[in-house]
Amino acid sequence: MSEQVWPLYEVFIRTRGGLSHRHAGSLHAADDQMALDHARDTYTRRSEGVSLWVVRSDRIVASDPAETAAFFEPAADKIYRHPTFYDIPDGVENL
Amino acid sequence: MYTQGLDQAEKKEAGGAGKESAEQLAAFQARIDVEEKIEAKDWMPEAYRRTLIRQISQHAHSEIIGMQPEGNWLTRAPTLKRKAILLAKVQDEAGHGLYLYSAAETLGVSRDRMVADLLSGKAKYSSIFNYPTLTWADIGAIGWLVDGAAIMNQIPLCRCSYGPYARAMVRVCKEESFHQRQGFEIMLTLCRGTDEQKAMAQDALNRFWWPALMMFGPNDSNSTHSAQSMAWKIKRFSNDELRQKFVDITVRQADFLGLRIPDDELSFNEATGHYEFSEIDWQEFFDVIAGNGPCNKERMSKRRKAHEDGAWVREAARAFADKRSAQAA
Repeated sequence: MSEQVWPLYEVFIRTRGGLSHRHAGSLHAADDQMALDHARDTYTRRSEGVSLWVVRSDRIVASDPAETAAFFEPAADKIYRHPTFYDIPDGVENL
Repeated sequence: MYTQGLDQAEKKEAGGAGKESAEQLAAFQARIDVEEKIEAKDWMPEAYRRTLIRQISQHAHSEIIGMQPEGNWLTRAPTLKRKAILLAKVQDEAGHGLYLYSAAETLGVSRDRMVADLLSGKAKYSSIFNYPTLTWADIGAIGWLVDGAAIMNQIPLCRCSYGPYARAMVRVCKEESFHQRQGFEIMLTLCRGTDEQKAMAQDALNRFWWPALMMFGPNDSNSTHSAQSMAWKIKRFSNDELRQKFVDITVRQADFLGLRIPDDELSFNEATGHYEFSEIDWQEFFDVIAGNGPCNKERMSKRRKAHEDGAWVREAARAFADKRSAQAA
């Protein structure tokens, strides 16, 4: 096909006030406004959202799955960050 | 709606497999075995990727082509309410196609490639859409039987090992249940109507029953890709298991409607708790898959024309976007 390809956008929906936006899927659109319109028609036909974000997929910076272990490793040996690390004797309350 | 026959007929493709070490393959299978989900950028065997691209894209094509048989009745729906419902359903099918194309794209195949494969006839879609919708009752039968069979196929896909496909299927399944219920309601209304209306419902059931059973694909003994897809947890139940489940629940619904399943051999087996039914006409199934069903040519030519007729719209949207970004710069 000789036609130019419309860029890919990722779609995020806030389902109601108080919740964060969550990834719903992706779509192609010629520009930002069309991406919003398409996102509404494609992902919120049943009142699934009160707010939409769309962002060009090529603008997202992501961690590399192949490097997952090394990338997140610094957190692995710091168990003292969790409350369960600490021994509290029986009888101590509200802690 | 509608995967099926989708684990059919891929010519063995060479290449890819040689580069994968036994360790990589074992580690991948271990992730699958403990029910870890595979995500888009994760390492995966080429064959897993190819299987998913084939299945998801054919599933998407089925949704897109699937708009045609129902679209045929949009302008002739018997009431404004039915027209609004049918319009919403057809729009849902377009949406399902889009979710699925997006899921397939995460595997590295472009949208244009998939569309080109559909239009060239290289890619397949579900055989069910190559049957005509001759009366309004067919719209009821499609919702009740075709969407019903599709749901049976798709619920297990919500737990598919590939994350983006599984998530798309969750969304599809939520919407699908409206489709089935509106179809059943059309049948119910006809069955409670005049003798002529009830006869119309029976006729639709007669024509759609066997094609609906074919949607589950070939018998397990003849299903070439099943074992590997089960091991990879793309598929959770075999074709025959799902077909049996569908028959068991649908026969009772037909009883409620007062309609007769068009199968003289149909009988309930007390011992197994299942209905037994006649052998499916597999020759018909393979003929339709091969392109010789009643409507294959019409469906394809309509799809090609729609794509060509939309070219100027896509071009104009692109030109407008370019102009806007030039102005902003």
